[in-house]
Amino acid sequence: MALKTPPAPHIHGDNSVSRIMRRVLYALVPGVVAMTAVFGWGVVVNILIAVAVAVVCETAMLRLRGKPVALFLNDWSAVVMAVLLALCLPPLLPAWMTAVGVAFGLIFGKHLYGGLGYNPFNPAMVGYAVLIVAFPQAMVQWLPPTGLAESALGPLQTLQVIVFGQLPPGLAPDALTHATPLDHVKTRLAEGLTMQEIRGGPVFGVVAGSGWEWINLLFLTGGAWLLHVRVIRWQVPAGVIIGLAAPALLFWLINPEQQLSPLFHLLSGGAMLGAFFIATDPVSGATTPWGRLCFGLGVGVLAWIIRTWGGYPDGIAFGVLLMNMAVPLIDRYTRPRIYGHGGR
Amino acid sequence: MSIARALFGFPGGVRLPTHKDASTGSPIATLPVPPELVIPLSQHAGDPARPAVSAGDTVHRGTVIGRAPGDFSATVHASSSGTVTAVENRPVPHPSGLPEPCVVIRTDGLDTRPADGPEPLKDWLSASPARLRRRVADSGVAGLGGAAFPAAVKLTPGPDTDVALLVVNAIECEPWITCDDVLLREHAMEVVTGARIMRHILGAPEVVIALEAEKRAALDALTRALDDAGEPGMTVTRVPVRYPAGGEKQLIQTLTGREVPSGGLPLDLGILCHNAGTVAAVARAVEHGEPLTDRIVTVAGTGVGQPRNYRVRLGTPIHRLIEAAGGYRGQGHRLIVGGPMMGFALEHDNVPVTKGCNCILVTESHAVPPPEPALPCIRCGDCADVCPMRLQPQQLYWQAMGRDHEGIREDGLFDCIECGACAYVCPSKLPLVGMYRHAKSEIRTSDEDQRFAEQARQRYAFRQARLEREQQEQAERRRRKKEALQAERGAGEKADRKAEIQAAVARARKRKRGGGES
Ligand code: SF4
Ligand code: SF4
Repeated sequence: MALKTPPAPHIHGDNSVSRIMRRVLYALVPGVVAMTAVFGWGVVVNILIAVAVAVVCETAMLRLRGKPVALFLNDWSAVVMAVLLALCLPPLLPAWMTAVGVAFGLIFGKHLYGGLGYNPFNPAMVGYAVLIVAFPQAMVQWLPPTGLAESALGPLQTLQVIVFGQLPPGLAPDALTHATPLDHVKTRLAEGLTMQEIRGGPVFGVVAGSGWEWINLLFLTGGAWLLHVRVIRWQVPAGVIIGLAAPALLFWLINPEQQLSPLFHLLSGGAMLGAFFIATDPVSGATTPWGRLCFGLGVGVLAWIIRTWGGYPDGIAFGVLLMNMAVPLIDRYTRPRIYGHGGR
Repeated sequence: MSIARALFGFPGGVRLPTHKDASTGSPIATLPVPPELVIPLSQHAGDPARPAVSAGDTVHRGTVIGRAPGDFSATVHASSSGTVTAVENRPVPHPSGLPEPCVVIRTDGLDTRPADGPEPLKDWLSASPARLRRRVADSGVAGLGGAAFPAAVKLTPGPDTDVALLVVNAIECEPWITCDDVLLREHAMEVVTGARIMRHILGAPEVVIALEAEKRAALDALTRALDDAGEPGMTVTRVPVRYPAGGEKQLIQTLTGREVPSGGLPLDLGILCHNAGTVAAVARAVEHGEPLTDRIVTVAGTGVGQPRNYRVRLGTPIHRLIEAAGGYRGQGHRLIVGGPMMGFALEHDNVPVTKGCNCILVTESHAVPPPEPALPCIRCGDCADVCPMRLQPQQLYWQAMGRDHEGIREDGLFDCIECGACAYVCPSKLPLVGMYRHAKSEIRTSDEDQRFAEQARQRYAFRQARLEREQQEQAERRRRKKEALQAERGAGEKADRKAEIQAAVARARKRKRGGGES
């Protein structure tokens, strides 16, 4: 009778990478619903395309690298990456661009570094960065929120537009393009208008961009649930929120006519998606408690800088990528004091 | 008597399913003496005992069969009476799985005591600490919590070390284990007496008996016993259940808020920790003159018919214990000595119960499923959140993978207590503890190699230096010789010259005189 003698511990908790990733997906649902309600079916179509491309790429890369396909596909990380990237894209972005972004992010941002766990950069943001650098025009063509749209597209029409680039007859391409509120305000401010004057327009909702504020609030809700089930820790989202809101508040207090309010910042663009879902990517983020806070703060501050002075519509993506580079350093200098070393 | 004490807690930790009720339902049962006892000579931390008997000798319960070769060891006694049939290597419960020297006894069923055994010391209060220490050492008491550290060694803190606090650790933070729980329920007085004896030995430090908040029955029994004893300076403290609350370092931090220095001992803080079972064994050794020949073992797990606690003679084969507990149940068993978090798995059940063997866990494969295939670390940091030593297990993991010995040492590998909390929560199911153990042994080996190389280098350098010195000395000798020769020759020449001069002077004088005369 020779029994198995595995090493201790002999029992394990029930957590798994797969469960973590699936929970992230569940938590995205409210935000996705809100986005779909505001921007129409394009949001869903983008997600489906991105996920399909991701699964194909992931399978191919796992095969090429001789890794167990079923084991790694089952971790759901590729799907999460695809959905996160899709949620950052304009709702009517041509399908092939979405595919390029996802494929690039997965292949170059993840597998060439060694796959799950080894990528220093957030793969979704790598895909996003490539798209915005390669197709700067297309990447800022957002739809008007439904309330403002002259004509809302049905699901089939949306699919046609995205996949084949065919607009429904009688619809001018212009009707479908609309800058995001962040972009809109930036352009207007550059034109010399004051916040007072800009605020009057229909682009504004209660405190921030019309529609966007609800989207952000619902991503925040999903994020709060992730915190509750301990998939993420509070430090990163808190860091991002403070990093974004603190400088915004300071500048806004000094010059409210030329600066966006902190609330506007927090409820615009990818702020909450970024704070709770993107910057919290464990693999490419910091891991020590203080390190996470530093990482989040960095992302927030960089996002605010890029939003305020940069040439890109949103700053979360570049904030995340830049902070990814600082992670080894952050982790090193924020290592907690080990038990029994100095102290009391 | 139970005074609430402000607790400081410890960082990290996990809540584990406890499974304690399974084995606390019935009282401690006594396992009959088996026909054959296999008693390892090394059941404790430190040096193995030297055999004191040989085949054919008659022994009694308590006869010394293994003598401690030095201070850092423990005496081993026969657990029952009978005849020694062999002193040979037998499989023992050890993670290495290697056989070790054991004394094999065929028991006679009489369970007689030796005529010259130690007498009971009912009046231990008037005995000197040195005498009591001697008694503890002679009784072979070793830590019964698992580590089996010789108790007498711990009770000898050294001349200029003051023990201010004695902690009696009755916390069983690992799931399933209940041997201290039942010990307290049924023999609380033994624990209290043992603690009082230790207190006497150590010069009356404060005593805190710590146990989990959940152990109500044990707490009641303990409180009553403390009241009966009426000794001042002894309190009971209830500690929240969280793994590894019973770890020595964590318990000290919980109770005092202080940390045992890295690489140091609790004694550096003036604190001593003893397991409740050990304390009871001290009481029996002193009060009743009974050497350590049995212990309480929890038999638990879904793979055994009737989980229960047994009083077992040391050296009893584990399969006897499992038979008594209703035999194996179900399929795909795993046999674990100790708890599921830090215990080690056995290949078979024909190994003896030893002093450190607090629990035999029999699991079925479905209750303790084989770990899923490991994924890479996703740096989620869950492991760091639960690490009681405030390490960053994920960094240690990456460093272990990259064999970064310098970095991993700096990041505290040797502070890891191998509690397994990190591996328990890891979503990637990484065998973290195994990797750390491996890294530790690798580093130790390479340190050893380095030391060896350093020694060899030193030896070489020494030899080189010696040769050089010899050469120099030789050269020096040669030079001196030459000089001496030259000096001799020089001295000769000088003498010649002197003579010449004297001759010349004499001649000149002669001439002068001659001239003057002439
Ligand atoms: S818990 Fe496992 S996966 Fe998470 S950081 Fe630690 S080692 Fe990596
Ligand atoms: S096994 Fe070591 S690293 Fe892991 S939690 Fe315990 S002390 Fe920390």
